[in-house]
Amino acid sequence: MTLKSILAGATIAASLSTTAFADDPTKVGFIYVGPVGDGGWTYEHDQGRLAVQEHFGDAVETVFVESVPEGADAERVMQQMALGGADLIFTTSFGYMDPTINVAEKFPDVMFEHATGYKQADNVSVYSARFYEGRAVQGHIAGHMTESNVIGYIGSFPIPEVIRGINAAYIHARAVNPDVEFKIVWAYTWFDPAKEAEAANVLIEQGADVILQHTDSTAPQAAAQAAGNVVTFGQASDMAEFGPFPRVSSIIDNWGPYYIARTQAVIDGTWVSTNTWDGIGAGMVGIGEISDAVPADVKASAEALRDSLASGEYHAFTGPLNKQDGSVWLAEGEVADDGTLAGMNFYVEGLTGDIPQ
Amino acid sequence: MDLSAINPILLLASLMVAATPIILAAVGELVVERAGVLNLGVEGMMITGAVCGFIVAVNTGSPLLGFIGAAIGGAVLSMLFGFLTQFLLSNQVATGLALTLFGLGLSALMGQSYIGIKAPEFPDWHIPVLGDIPVIGPIVFQHDPMVYVGLAIVVAVWAFLKFSRAGLILRAVGENHEAAHALGYHVIRVRMLAIMFGGACAGLGGAYLSLVRVPQWTEGMTAGAGWIALAIVVFASWKPMRLLLGAYLFGGVTVLQLNLQAAGMAIPVEYLSMSPYLATIAVLVIMRAGRAPGSLGQSFHASR
Repeated sequence: MTLKSILAGATIAASLSTTAFADDPTKVGFIYVGPVGDGGWTYEHDQGRLAVQEHFGDAVETVFVESVPEGADAERVMQQMALGGADLIFTTSFGYMDPTINVAEKFPDVMFEHATGYKQADNVSVYSARFYEGRAVQGHIAGHMTESNVIGYIGSFPIPEVIRGINAAYIHARAVNPDVEFKIVWAYTWFDPAKEAEAANVLIEQGADVILQHTDSTAPQAAAQAAGNVVTFGQASDMAEFGPFPRVSSIIDNWGPYYIARTQAVIDGTWVSTNTWDGIGAGMVGIGEISDAVPADVKASAEALRDSLASGEYHAFTGPLNKQDGSVWLAEGEVADDGTLAGMNFYVEGLTGDIPQ
Repeated sequence: MDLSAINPILLLASLMVAATPIILAAVGELVVERAGVLNLGVEGMMITGAVCGFIVAVNTGSPLLGFIGAAIGGAVLSMLFGFLTQFLLSNQVATGLALTLFGLGLSALMGQSYIGIKAPEFPDWHIPVLGDIPVIGPIVFQHDPMVYVGLAIVVAVWAFLKFSRAGLILRAVGENHEAAHALGYHVIRVRMLAIMFGGACAGLGGAYLSLVRVPQWTEGMTAGAGWIALAIVVFASWKPMRLLLGAYLFGGVTVLQLNLQAAGMAIPVEYLSMSPYLATIAVLVIMRAGRAPGSLGQSFHASR
């Protein structure tokens, strides 16, 4: 809990007095896991908030609290926000799942939207993006780009969201390069630039010449740049400042349209609890421009993969696929169902190492 | 598991780099504590140094000036602590904690417009002849200059405390400030200088993160390094040379843990992460020599 959060809390408390007026604007709150300036995950959620603000102008008031730890503190911040008159609250990290459910129970008139989770309630929607579609495109490029055949992967926490990404990237890297090997390091943080830089350096030292990251800062990009011959991909945000090399492409989260739609629903009184999981097709996941450091034919095939994922004609998890232990997961032509994907807790065949428990 | 994937030379080399910010911050705090002042604001001074150094380096294009700026930034912030605790006699523990919170907030504010900017390059020093020695060369002699500055400061502090008259006075002030005062030494002045030195060192440690290790500015980037520095001072039982050992142990475990993971070893990370702290406790129990300076944490006023 930083001083800023306390100040933000005070601001919310101060605005309590103004909510009594009849004609007040719809108040939309956001809870962020990192600082707005992380250049990745939280930055993009805040871009979504700004999009809401711009779209509705004075009709909507937005508030946010950044760097809220996942745990008891989160519950307190949400409660303060709800007491402060928020009509709709977006809680934007997996670890806010139970706090969101708890607080939602106490405030039945406040609508909650929890990102990347799976627990719903009458006033709690869940939403996420099919980032794994983007990971598939990354894996495709990575498989082509690697010369050492070692791809480093910085994982945050061993949760289904991250494991899906690893599997999707691996499947598509192996499809174009059967010799490819993944080295996975779990950082146990979403945002810790020093630790992420360290993890990237370790992977590079162990021979990785492509680094995929599922953590939010740009530190791994800087580490790769210092190493000179290592390819990276932007995570959550474009991270274009590291292009055209080492950053050769990126996954961009685009929350704005969803946030605007949900805010509109609250204003219209049509909000109902939903489970949204959109991908490249719906525009929630964007693939950042593939830079010229990637050979033209690879760029073309990656874009073709992106388009087929977007149109729905190809699913990123299409059989035949086996689990790590060799047992059959998906038969020839079969595609994974959303339930399995949402709770994915296994590696596909070919990945080494165990998922930490 | 494939342990052969871990290159011991690179491991040791990155250990030296990983330990440097902690060494810098810890050696500063060691001097402060030897003067009898407990400044828990190391984390706040580090992060302020990180942002000051980054701002100066980006605007001047010179990492060297950045480090100087960081030292000044850290020292200025520590003066706030010094003024409150030495002249207004506020509680050192509470003031130090407040300094950490203040530093985190202040640095976030100062760094607002510096997010996502790259720091100017700070090239490694490839020391001629020495750097070419096999094995030892890459481990010890191919780093950026700040690694050696950190080591030099530790040696200088050791020599200062052990051999110089000023060092003796500083230790006297820390052991028994009333006796030092009776002998005619200016307790407050000595302590203010020590606090300023501690702030400057913490600032350098922070700037090492923002200019060399990461290298960019992000809020909260020190992520607890200041607290580890505080623990290492105790681990070292207030002796500069043991401080190196502690810092390398902490740095080594951080790097080793990631290396083991990347090599595919299924170890519970929690055990490795807690091991340096367990070692600290064990060392404290085994080596009873670890005695804190006599007047540590006590306020001094000549009228008492």
